[in-house]
Amino acid sequence: MSHQDHQLDPALARGLTMPRMSRRELFRYAGVGVGALGLSALLEACGTKGVTSSGSSAQASAGVGSQEWWAKQTLHHQLNFANWPYYIDTAHGKHPSIEQFQQKTGIQVNYTEPIDDNVTFYQSKLRPVLQAGQPTGYDIVVLTNNDWPLSQMMELGWLIPLNHEMMKNFDQYASHLVKDPTWDPGNKYTMAWQSGYTCLGYNTKYVKEPVTSVQILWDEKYAGKIGMFANAGELGSIGLLALGIDPATSTPDDWKKAADKLQQQKDAGIVRSYYDQDYIKALKNEDIWISQVWSGDVFQAATYQGYPQLKIAIPDEGAMFWTDNMCIPLLAENPLDAMTYMDYVYDPQVQALIEDYNAYVCPVPAAKEIIAKQLKDPTVANSPTVFPDAHMQSLSRNYYQFKNNEELTEWNNLFVPIFQ
Amino acid sequence: MSAIATTEPRSGSLTRPPARGARRRWTSFVLPTYSAAVILYLLIPIGIMILYSFNVSRSHLPNVTFKWQGFTTQWYQEWNQIPGLTPAFFLSLKLAFSSAVTATVLGTLLALALVRYKFRGKVVTEQILFLNIAAPEIVLGASLLGLFITLNLPRGFLTLFIAHVMFSIAYVAITVRARLSGFDMAVEQAAQDLGATPWVTFWTVTLPLIAPGILAGGLLAFALSIDDFITSTFVSGNSVTFPLWVFGAVKVGTPPQVFVMGTFIFTVGVTAAVINVLLQWRRERAARAYRASGA
Amino acid sequence: MEQPVRSDLPVAERKGARLGRRLAPYLLGAPASLWLALFFVVPMFTMLSLSLQTCDPVTLACRLTWHVGEFPQAVGEFHAYFLRSIQYGGAATVIDLVVAFPLAYWIAFRARRKSFFLLMLLLPFFVSFVIRTLTWQFILSDQGLILGTLKNLHLLPQDFHVLATGWAVTAGIAYNFLPFTALPLYVALERIDPRVLEAAADLYASRSMAFLRVTLPLAIPGIFAAFLLTFVPAVGDFVNATILGGTSNLMVGNIIQNKFLLFTDYPAASALSAILMAVLLVGIALYSRVLGSRTIEEYV
Repeated sequence: MSHQDHQLDPALARGLTMPRMSRRELFRYAGVGVGALGLSALLEACGTKGVTSSGSSAQASAGVGSQEWWAKQTLHHQLNFANWPYYIDTAHGKHPSIEQFQQKTGIQVNYTEPIDDNVTFYQSKLRPVLQAGQPTGYDIVVLTNNDWPLSQMMELGWLIPLNHEMMKNFDQYASHLVKDPTWDPGNKYTMAWQSGYTCLGYNTKYVKEPVTSVQILWDEKYAGKIGMFANAGELGSIGLLALGIDPATSTPDDWKKAADKLQQQKDAGIVRSYYDQDYIKALKNEDIWISQVWSGDVFQAATYQGYPQLKIAIPDEGAMFWTDNMCIPLLAENPLDAMTYMDYVYDPQVQALIEDYNAYVCPVPAAKEIIAKQLKDPTVANSPTVFPDAHMQSLSRNYYQFKNNEELTEWNNLFVPIFQ
Repeated sequence: MSAIATTEPRSGSLTRPPARGARRRWTSFVLPTYSAAVILYLLIPIGIMILYSFNVSRSHLPNVTFKWQGFTTQWYQEWNQIPGLTPAFFLSLKLAFSSAVTATVLGTLLALALVRYKFRGKVVTEQILFLNIAAPEIVLGASLLGLFITLNLPRGFLTLFIAHVMFSIAYVAITVRARLSGFDMAVEQAAQDLGATPWVTFWTVTLPLIAPGILAGGLLAFALSIDDFITSTFVSGNSVTFPLWVFGAVKVGTPPQVFVMGTFIFTVGVTAAVINVLLQWRRERAARAYRASGA
Repeated sequence: MEQPVRSDLPVAERKGARLGRRLAPYLLGAPASLWLALFFVVPMFTMLSLSLQTCDPVTLACRLTWHVGEFPQAVGEFHAYFLRSIQYGGAATVIDLVVAFPLAYWIAFRARRKSFFLLMLLLPFFVSFVIRTLTWQFILSDQGLILGTLKNLHLLPQDFHVLATGWAVTAGIAYNFLPFTALPLYVALERIDPRVLEAAADLYASRSMAFLRVTLPLAIPGIFAAFLLTFVPAVGDFVNATILGGTSNLMVGNIIQNKFLLFTDYPAASALSAILMAVLLVGIALYSRVLGSRTIEEYV
């Protein structure tokens, strides 16, 4: 009896000595541990290689885009053209200019409109594919120069240099605003599709004074009724213009001053909101009275949509001149067909067809006559925002061209927080 | 739809204690009036859309405008005259139908598994469902695109379909689950006692009873798919869905055909609903006649 | 003479029936689970692992460096956006629950043509989001149908505006997520057996007693599902803030969007996404515990 008192209760002994973990649990946790180790090794291996800037040297070494390379290209009679929606002549469910092209050259055009925004299109359709070394499926894409994807594609060597032997129409008819432009010296990679001005739009019902300067956007009189662009390129540029600085020649110090001025505008409660493209709705609905606008939008609203009180003003400081550019992405399958089309579009007859619909800034001044006489559309032909006169042209300002990614990041870091 | 019909008489036979005179008049109007008001409120933008689809627009590239400029049925006659818009419209419809049906099937099966059984990985599955709803769309889209590129899968309808089913399954499963929890298994056991195999039981007993949940899940999946924008942007390749096209056109303007197509969807939906009601009404009338004929 | 049938013996099971029962959940859940595993878990995990990597923004060459600095930075810099998102999403969810419950109740219990009203409830959401937003912007504009009329009647100050405020964003979210609230509520209410309510009435419960003590508790799975399907996606929403909001109404979804697209800062974007998902997961788990001792599994 007393012997038992000195012994541990067998149950307690069992409890003290049994493994805390059952065998099953042990395997489970071991499995998780091994899995975690394996996973981290996998992740290390899977760290995306990314693209090195040897992309451009790879291209240079392969000679893509050189004259020898172009000489070897043949017509495939097939073309994949990606554009922005609603940006080409449309009649009875067809695009007449494209129909004519197909008949004339025998090249079948697969015209699609998948681009809704430069950055989104680039990040979702171009970059991931090109980074993996695969063709994008497009032969021509249209990118704007007021956003960074176009310059990044040039920097990474993701655009095929154009064949200058095939740019006869362009050389002869292109307006000097799009020839040898700042964003693409010598038109190495791009030919303009359409251009536009970012200027001031205002509602004459509420704004009684003449609008001549961008300073009106800082006018306290219109506090809460001003719209600005939620786009770092546009916002920064107008900040620079307001300080009397030409964005194309600005320096990072200038940018900081511009950011301060924009921040002051925001803090004073002058800006109602920063808009993407739907400032035009706010203007029409009279939620804002003055805004940064694109010329074509206001033209259409005033001329065709019943808002004649909306007007455009080109401020004395200048208006930013943006261009949507046709370019050929790397690994395009039908580059020669692409060049054929791109030059075809610069034939004044063709351009007149396209321009009559778009009413943005036409890259071919000779089309003006044709629109006035043959298409009998004086509204478009005589609009200064479609065929800018010398005075308008003198007020064109160009965006700053970033030399590298650090500059772009610095610009974005200054201006994105203002509308974010 | 017939499944709904079999459940309706059940609730129609709800007997209430007889209400006192004045009170009955007031309270029995509140709920229906409120419901009508909510549904009408939801339909306000639709009404505006239908109204302005008849609006005149004069430019070469006609745009939707909210300034009334005159009445015209031109856009209905020219409803497919915008070359990029019509294929985008039908693509979205096709995609929404197919992905909704698939997601509903998969989600319902998953809900059945989750409610009725305990199995390994049940908790993990539930948390994955939850994270699926919580995940930001842009991360869903970009990550899926990375996978498709690695697998060398060409982007187009197939990848859109995969993505749409992927983000709809969780919504369907959770909706059907709300219907299944508390489902009285006695009904199923009774059916099996009467000789039905599990398969037959499922089709003739279980499925009709959970049909409202399945229908609700399917409608949700359809609504999710037809409006999806961000994820679709990443995985659509060269295909353009309806929301993608319209978002991109905003820079230049929205063609009136967009409103026409919206009206079209709405009209088809209303017609389907009305036809369903009429069919039910005819069935009920036939049933009443049958009963009344002294059966 | 016939042998009497003995009813106390177990019926011999078909070969494989037991195995079938064991495998049933796996077979039922397999298609959906595989789909999610391949097209959600794998890519999402890969993407979120970027939050621990360092990436060059131009070339997107990423290396796993186990750099955890993204997380505290994300929280420090953007905690206001998280709070605002929860605020807008939560308010919109509460509005939706309050608005949708009577409607779902009426369709489930009183309406004779349930599928008709369900469809009418859903139809506005089949018409594209772009169209809905365009028309709402028009209706709610400063001088539009509603505000303009009210201002002309001098019921509102002239500089009153709805758009570009937090209220507009919340209202937009509430409007666009209403079907996600109404449908689960309807589904849960619809399965309540009316005989239960009859029994309550038989036991002398008044209408409101029956509602509070019988209907509401039975509807709780539906309420929770509705809350889940509304609150969780609403917090991550960014479209309403972009279109209806002003300069100070942006949500965490907008930040993630910008980090991803504009800055190509994948580590930061992934970190923010991971934090968002974790916050929601923890929040819902806590909430479900408050609702009762039932765990999240029972409701989800």
